[in-house]
Amino acid sequence: MAARSDGAGPQTGGTERGGGASSGRAGTGAAAARSGVSRLHIPHPPARPGDRPDFSYLKISPAGSVPRPDTTASLVEIEPLALQMVRVLDDDDHAVGPWNPRLDAEDLQVGLRHMMLTRRFDDRMLRNQRQGRISFYMKSTGEEAVSVAAAMALRPGDMLFPSYRNQGLHIARGMSLIDLMCQCLSNTRDMCKGRQMPVMYHSSSGNIFSISGNLATQFPQAVGWAMAAAIKGEDRLAASWIGEGSSAEADFHHALTFAAVYQAPVILNIVNNQWAISTFQGFAGGEHRTFAARGPGYGVPGIRVDGNDFLAVYAVTQWAAERARRGGGPTLIEHVTYRAAAHSTSDDPSRYRPQEEWQAWPLGDPIKRLARHLIALGEWSEERQAGLEKELDAHVVECWKEAVRYGTLTEGPTLDPLTMFEDVFKEMPPHLVRQQRELAALLASGGIGASGSAEQSGAPSPAAAPEG
Amino acid sequence: MPQMNMVQAVNSALDVMLGRDPSVVVMGEDVGYFGGVFRCTDGLQRKYGEHRVIDTPIAEGGIVAAAIGMGVNGLRPVAEVQFADYVYPAFDQIVSELARLRYRTAGEFSAAVTVRMPCGGGIRGGQTHSQSPEGIFTHVCGIKVVMPSNPYDAKGLLIASIEDEDPVIFFEPKRLYNGPFDGDWHKPAVPWSTHPKGEVPAGHFTVPLARAEIVRPGSDLTILAYGTMVHVAEAAVRIAGADAEIIDLRTLVPLDTETICESVRRTGRCVIVHEATRFSGFGAELSATVQEECFWHLEAPIERVTGWDTPYPHAFEWEYFPGTARIAAAIRRVMEAA
Repeated sequence: MAARSDGAGPQTGGTERGGGASSGRAGTGAAAARSGVSRLHIPHPPARPGDRPDFSYLKISPAGSVPRPDTTASLVEIEPLALQMVRVLDDDDHAVGPWNPRLDAEDLQVGLRHMMLTRRFDDRMLRNQRQGRISFYMKSTGEEAVSVAAAMALRPGDMLFPSYRNQGLHIARGMSLIDLMCQCLSNTRDMCKGRQMPVMYHSSSGNIFSISGNLATQFPQAVGWAMAAAIKGEDRLAASWIGEGSSAEADFHHALTFAAVYQAPVILNIVNNQWAISTFQGFAGGEHRTFAARGPGYGVPGIRVDGNDFLAVYAVTQWAAERARRGGGPTLIEHVTYRAAAHSTSDDPSRYRPQEEWQAWPLGDPIKRLARHLIALGEWSEERQAGLEKELDAHVVECWKEAVRYGTLTEGPTLDPLTMFEDVFKEMPPHLVRQQRELAALLASGGIGASGSAEQSGAPSPAAAPEG
Repeated sequence: MPQMNMVQAVNSALDVMLGRDPSVVVMGEDVGYFGGVFRCTDGLQRKYGEHRVIDTPIAEGGIVAAAIGMGVNGLRPVAEVQFADYVYPAFDQIVSELARLRYRTAGEFSAAVTVRMPCGGGIRGGQTHSQSPEGIFTHVCGIKVVMPSNPYDAKGLLIASIEDEDPVIFFEPKRLYNGPFDGDWHKPAVPWSTHPKGEVPAGHFTVPLARAEIVRPGSDLTILAYGTMVHVAEAAVRIAGADAEIIDLRTLVPLDTETICESVRRTGRCVIVHEATRFSGFGAELSATVQEECFWHLEAPIERVTGWDTPYPHAFEWEYFPGTARIAAAIRRVMEAA
């Protein structure tokens, strides 16, 4: 950090003192160089492209060292957990300490399978996007445990309010890969009927809420869902996920306030993957305090967990669920992980972070860690791992072959454009009936006005779409 | 004169203003080190420092609110909202605060904030990266609303907006960033270097706010357009074969009613086009204005060609987009009437 504190470029010469190139002018911050004058602090990530990755800022508790309070414990007893890091898997791949959920080998193997399938699905969909078969994609590489372990620790009736990087939830809940692919393809089997960008899945039967392209909106909605469950006297809870970057949105505050006020049965997860497109977690306030520590400020227990430790994520989710089901109200969980891939297919992280960061990430790869643990237990082997990889790859390929039969961006069959007027309202009002007829007539009379056959290049490609 | 695309023109406007006026600051998500997701702020932080080109948390409400505070304290912030579709968390700050500050304090407080945002469709962005919400803002009293259609205007209008003492919502049609898109998505992309408005002075200049421009003189009918639709309307006129006068509004609030009405009184016919949805869209205001001011000169009912009244659908980008076929059909209808 110290190496970066004197500015981002040759002309800024001491930005901490204010003004950058403007110092010497009457405007911003030139006066700030004088002592006793306030200074604008600009957070700096520890490393930029070309620098050696540096995660020394990350406070990591030894595996097994953090106590596990009873789920009925008071806020004061739980509070220290917001500053530590719950970890179960140690450096020798053993599960240790009070948070060990003591899962059967079979459950661990299921978890491993879900995580591996998630990664392979992501890899395949990225390739499909690069080949122009889908318009956009967002990978969850490195964050698979956050979703898969949580989904497995919750009950099927619990309602999930995901962000756009939680595909492991859908996979662990058993959603068909073909359905996910068809959504990304906007084809004739697309659950969204072509109305949403890729990865904006939903599943009412799977109790997974619709993903918005906008950020953090689902967080307070999950609280409302949980309030309804409590009003109705149901034994179900809600869980939601946002990135640490999105925790800057006001909806985060709404969620925590309502959750605390009504002691709603909800688990609020912050996936701290260190990067929100180009801005590191310091721009969401992570320099000064953990994200988990925001919970106690609202009167909500906050737990910080090793998000790449499948067992730890499982255990913490299980703890929070038990507390909620006992009427103990909400829990805020910070999952410390790393966004190994680009933000999206429109992003180029080599512009803003060292390419070797993922290799240097001190909490490792959640898939490798769980596989090594299973091997240490004598319940897994390199051969079985290789065999499963092959099996899952074949499965993904098979699903893709099936999915494209329902159409792609460039090949039919295609959805009927007239369906775009449906579902704006439950009953189509007269003005939309008129517009639908107008489009039908236009399509019947020779089309909508383009000359050739290939989609025009040159459309600007944002790095965002949507943000991290 | 330098050639610029619209991204470079926006960048150049910000560069000029950061260089000229030490009270100008640029702020927004990813605008600093990264240079913006569309590269509009590329290189500016390196040149002017982190206190003048400021990366922000992901919080549009916070960005606009902080910009208001900075404005009240004498700075001239240019805030970027990464996509117009993301502006809604900032809505209260824009509508209840930014727009009304001067009014509610009888002029004692004001904030000269410019809020830039890419808008419009045509990039397969689906419903959260394609919207044209300008009509929502034109309905708010106390903010100016601008949407350029080319690099020259983008730079000149952005400088004028930053220098303006009132808050400005500055929409940048993202489909125009790289070239003058005419609605035909099958054709190879045309760069701005082929267009006269791709020539942009390197230094300071302004295009005045509240002034529309007649981009194609004509006598048969008047087409009112702005942003991307200026180019689509030009292509539609070629298809329809009418001698249309095309007016690029450039500033929606305050509206250049004079240029509009002088034209419609001459031609007697009017087609209004915008990408935004139709119902209560800005076209309704234009249509009402023309009807009020030019009723006795009209030879045919005013036509509106707009986005359908649905959210922007990912799969039906071009069935949704109000393209040349629909505009040409509207031109024929107003020409055949009466």
